[in-house]
Amino acid sequence: MSDMDEMDDGSGIVKKFMFLNRKAPHGTVYALEGLEVVLITAAFDQDVSMVFTDDGVYQLLKGIDTKGIEVKDFSKTYRALDGYDIEKLYVDQASMDARGLTEDDLIVDVTVLSVDEMANLMAEQDVVISF
Amino acid sequence: MPMVNIAGKDYEVDEEGYLIDLSQWNEDIAKYMAVEEKVDLTEGHWEVVNFLREYYAEYQIAPAVRVLTKAIGKKLGPDKGNNKYLYELFPYGPAKQACKIAGLPKPTGCI
Amino acid sequence: MLHIVNKSATDRGSLESCLAMATKGSAVLLIEDAVYAATTGGAAAAKIQAASADLKIYALGPDLAARGMAARVLDGVNVVDYAGFVDLVAEHKSCQSWL
Repeated sequence: MSDMDEMDDGSGIVKKFMFLNRKAPHGTVYALEGLEVVLITAAFDQDVSMVFTDDGVYQLLKGIDTKGIEVKDFSKTYRALDGYDIEKLYVDQASMDARGLTEDDLIVDVTVLSVDEMANLMAEQDVVISF
Repeated sequence: MPMVNIAGKDYEVDEEGYLIDLSQWNEDIAKYMAVEEKVDLTEGHWEVVNFLREYYAEYQIAPAVRVLTKAIGKKLGPDKGNNKYLYELFPYGPAKQACKIAGLPKPTGCI
Repeated sequence: MLHIVNKSATDRGSLESCLAMATKGSAVLLIEDAVYAATTGGAAAAKIQAASADLKIYALGPDLAARGMAARVLDGVNVVDYAGFVDLVAEHKSCQSWL
């Protein structure tokens, strides 16, 4: 929760931000850090897309249980994104196929894009931030 | 880390008084935190505190104020889902005060 | 758009992911261990050469030199120095680093 929400940057400029997630959830801190940055960005009313490719698609799996490794289960947090008005979640079809995954395996509703659609989406962004 | 002792039980808190181990939370520590924050706990306060705990259990984060306000409105009605009501309950910010009393970690991105 | 890759293509998939998603006319800059891909004889050479038809491929000279690869740069790869790196970043509207 952030009192920052009351702040207005005054510029009123809305840019297209893409957060590109390419890492599996727990082996590195990228996934969790990326998610926190997205939640903070949500306070600034920007046009945010979250994209999951390569091992990044593993972040969204259902049935994650982190008790045994004593880390936070932030897979649940992806379901809070809707409440933050972050509704554009995309996954890469080829990355899903390569890992034997389908949309039914994922904890949130996503749009599955082909590599060409993903390429075009990336090309139209003002800012791409990679985790 | 500082420790707080209430009714013979030790609770570890951080420099700003937030509870370190969420699973230690109970009404005793909530009441202690409320006194520290100079908040007189009423039924309305408990409603928000309990809401925050449920939200955290479900999503593993403390919500941003904007998100909290909207979610409270959905669950408890528009007369409670607004800034005026929440700031009357927690004058120094529902973010800082209600989360602390609910035993949640310091909110992400909070300055 | 400028894509920057810094990991070896024989160790990680980042170059491959980058080449799959870079649209025609984009620039790809190879730095650090990624410069090995821009040299002759390596496993990634064919991919880089095929990609250079649609993309502008750059490699950072100091990183090639530091790896003993300065003399083995593939045809079609443009070698830039640090000032060239800065120019590339400044010239493009957006930039993606493939971590």
